[in-house]
Amino acid sequence: MSLATPVTENAPAPDDAGRLRPTWRGPIAYAVIALVALLAMPLRTPDGSTRFRLSTETDFAQIPTFEVPAAPTVWVLVLLAVALAALAAWWTRQGRRTGLWLPVVFGVALLLAFLTFVGAGRSAVIPLTSVATGTLFLATPLIFGALSGVVCERVGIVNIAIEGQLLAGAFIAAVVGSLTASAYMGLVAAPVAGALVGMLLVFFAVRYHVNQIIVGVVLNVLVVGLTSFLFSTVLAEDPGTWNQRQALPVLPIPVLSQIPVIGPILFRQTLLVYLMYVIVVALQVYLFRSRWGLRLRAVGEHPKAADTVGIDVNRTRVRNTILGSAIAGLGGAFFTVASGLAFGKEMTGGRGFIALAAMILGRWSPKGAVAAALLFGFADNLRTVLGTIGSSVPPQLLLMTPYIVTILAVAGFAGRVRAPAAEGIPYVK
Amino acid sequence: MGSGHMRLELRGITKRFGSFTANDAIDLVVEPGQIHALLGENGAGKSTLMNVLYGLYQPDAGEVLLDGEPVTFDGPGAAMAAGIGMVHQHFMLVPVFTVAENVALGHEPTAGAGLLSLGEARRQVADVAARFGFHVDPDAMVEDLPVGVQQRVEIIKALSRDAKILILDEPTAVLTPQETDELIEIMRQLRDAGTSILFITHKLREVRAVADRITVIRRGKVVGTAEPTAPETELASLMVGRAVSLGVERTPAEPGDVVLRVESLTVRDAVGTAVVDGVDLDVRAGEIVAVAGVQGNGQTELAQAVLGLVHPTAGSLHLDGTDLTGLSVRDRLRAGLGFVPEDRSTDGVIADFSIQENLVLDLVDAPPYSRRGAIDRGRLRRNAEQRVVEFDVRTSSVDAHAGTLSGGNQQKVVLAREMSRPLRLLVASQPTRGLDVGSIEFVHQRIVRERDNGTAVVIVSTELDEVVALADRIAVMYRGRVVGVVPGGTDRDVLGLMMAGVPLDEAVAQTAAHHTTLGALDTAPPTQAAQPTQAAQPEEEGR
Repeated sequence: MSLATPVTENAPAPDDAGRLRPTWRGPIAYAVIALVALLAMPLRTPDGSTRFRLSTETDFAQIPTFEVPAAPTVWVLVLLAVALAALAAWWTRQGRRTGLWLPVVFGVALLLAFLTFVGAGRSAVIPLTSVATGTLFLATPLIFGALSGVVCERVGIVNIAIEGQLLAGAFIAAVVGSLTASAYMGLVAAPVAGALVGMLLVFFAVRYHVNQIIVGVVLNVLVVGLTSFLFSTVLAEDPGTWNQRQALPVLPIPVLSQIPVIGPILFRQTLLVYLMYVIVVALQVYLFRSRWGLRLRAVGEHPKAADTVGIDVNRTRVRNTILGSAIAGLGGAFFTVASGLAFGKEMTGGRGFIALAAMILGRWSPKGAVAAALLFGFADNLRTVLGTIGSSVPPQLLLMTPYIVTILAVAGFAGRVRAPAAEGIPYVK
Repeated sequence: MGSGHMRLELRGITKRFGSFTANDAIDLVVEPGQIHALLGENGAGKSTLMNVLYGLYQPDAGEVLLDGEPVTFDGPGAAMAAGIGMVHQHFMLVPVFTVAENVALGHEPTAGAGLLSLGEARRQVADVAARFGFHVDPDAMVEDLPVGVQQRVEIIKALSRDAKILILDEPTAVLTPQETDELIEIMRQLRDAGTSILFITHKLREVRAVADRITVIRRGKVVGTAEPTAPETELASLMVGRAVSLGVERTPAEPGDVVLRVESLTVRDAVGTAVVDGVDLDVRAGEIVAVAGVQGNGQTELAQAVLGLVHPTAGSLHLDGTDLTGLSVRDRLRAGLGFVPEDRSTDGVIADFSIQENLVLDLVDAPPYSRRGAIDRGRLRRNAEQRVVEFDVRTSSVDAHAGTLSGGNQQKVVLAREMSRPLRLLVASQPTRGLDVGSIEFVHQRIVRERDNGTAVVIVSTELDEVVALADRIAVMYRGRVVGVVPGGTDRDVLGLMMAGVPLDEAVAQTAAHHTTLGALDTAPPTQAAQPTQAAQPEEEGR
């Protein structure tokens, strides 16, 4: 606990030590991915063109469906990715670190190349807008879950119970929504459910120093068991009272929702998604630029240092873990009231764990977590898209890729991935 | 800030842990603008007293008075608010925060809506730094800073909270002599500006260099006060409670053949950084080679590589001409290697095993201690009873768990075990860290005796005093490389500069031009030819 980590470095010489410099793993990973793309796509792109549609009927301005020549487009996009890989290598050589934009542009270029590739020579139009909408839709619970993970882990508590918190949120949102006949009441109740699960987590983890991963796993099992039990007894008895479908209405934001391309994607959403935007931005700003965030991160990195300047470590951990859990609970509302569905057994389907992966891939930052969650959402969504355009690429194969990317990232290929130093370690004076 | 003068008085502070009295009616007065040294051995109760003063412990009796007013602190926050600042031995800095963020933490300037005003935080750092002539970049990441600068950040942190009394807990444990010199300069400046300083240490030379007043504690009690002019021997005997000899008696080494040959050895850590970087080193029979350096410069990994606990990525190791690289740890032990690990309580003994079991951990799998898989208990006991006497292990019974022993006695158990095999090479990492003076003397004598028996000895130590006291030759390591190998009697200022990576000839030239405060002490009193050894105990305390 009291390991003096600072002692290791003596005098930082820029040409020495290697520790402060970016590693070569990132550029190598980019290069390998770009190379695979180069071999897999451009030469094998069928002749013809790919047709994309960007606008929807209600936009200000209609952008007509457009066609791009498939092979050249794929070439350009893949070569862009290759160039980015080379740039990453060049910067690493110079000792510069790559920003977050590079992997994002790299990823988007390859994804567009892939869409062009699969759509080449087909009559079907690829509706880019609905691809994006679907991506955001599927990413929503992942974003909430990953943000929950960011808050909890940054304060030093490993929250494996995100899955359970999502499920509890989904359950309570459905039940409260059904009882009150109001989806909004369900939305209000969901974070409370998550927070309750979070309270159990900190109660055991902070008060009794129980291993946080074990508590988290147990809580997941508990929530699955509890909701399934109540589902098959109470809810199944009288679904009309307890499990009536309620749906949050879509609230198009005036003007903004009519902007071509981004309007329908971002601004024709339910209140839950708007809340998500607010939470993402607020967390990104407050985690790194506020007193609350500074203290939270200090507690997660070096709790003793925080204690010696008068910060109550365990109180900080308890409060913020409950806050983080409430965020996950709110995300649970996605599955029921925000999707207009009734509650179903284990309906979160492991997305809480995928959210954890997104948090790690996003390097414990809100914006990184959002980017990672969108990537996962996109991969999930591809199944539908590929079905629509009748592609022969097996969707399962693509569904795997984000997780392979995550494993590579965790293994250190996406730059320095470093968890908060005191994560998972109970603070005992 | 800093200009406020405050008088600190402790009256009859008593703190008990169960039946153990860590502080027994301690009285202490720190006058404004005074550097008051609290001198005592490890385990004398210094840390407990500090924690009482800093609000981490509540005293069972006695009171703390600030300017004559009794105060009680329920936590560090309250102590800080009252004007007490503390620089901990293990820095309380968040490595991934900037200097400004670390200084601001806990009393952050905000710009509305809870958002930080980092500009204001930077200015606070710059203000304090400018006032005392420090150079610290407020935007530097703390983990990228040298240890000496990190300590300055700790001091700025305290001063930015209007600390009128600064407690420095073993501040020199992690510093090179040159950094120590800078610290002493800073302490004097702060004192002249009216800040009172309570300087906790067990290092006599530092106390004599910087203190205005000295209080010595032993076994939780104040046993005397002294002026800084008091001779070192007097302070030492006051601290230890008996007359101590200030040196290890040893004859010049008679080196024989090369026993250990290390050739371009490289060890990489998990991230791929070369922590040992192309090290070449020969150690001959009958000589002690000390590997000196500031903690974390690859010495630990070098020692571990010799034993086989880490695997080198390049280079070779030979013991008496036999290549060690392919051998398991057990084979190396059989080949005549003895190893005293750095952290005796976790790596040296098994705390939940009895002393007699700990004494044969290396030999218990073969006759005579076990036959056909069954341990010969009687032989274990007879062996233990003999070793305990031979190595002066103070224990009620050889059945006692090793974890119940004091650090010094645990170390004696480790030595007794390692020295019960016929050795060709002994590698001892931090052999006296955290030990009391009596145990240090004993350990040093045994090591010298082992050398005289013709064993090649490697001492890894971050304590210059120990290095100077024991070594026939000294290899100084910096950032995984051996900066140079010098004879045992080398000037400690030269060693200090080499520990900061300065090559030998440059270090000699610089030292000739400017001696450090502590280094100058060496030349001042001509009475002490031998180096004091009791200052050779270090940082780790009570864990």
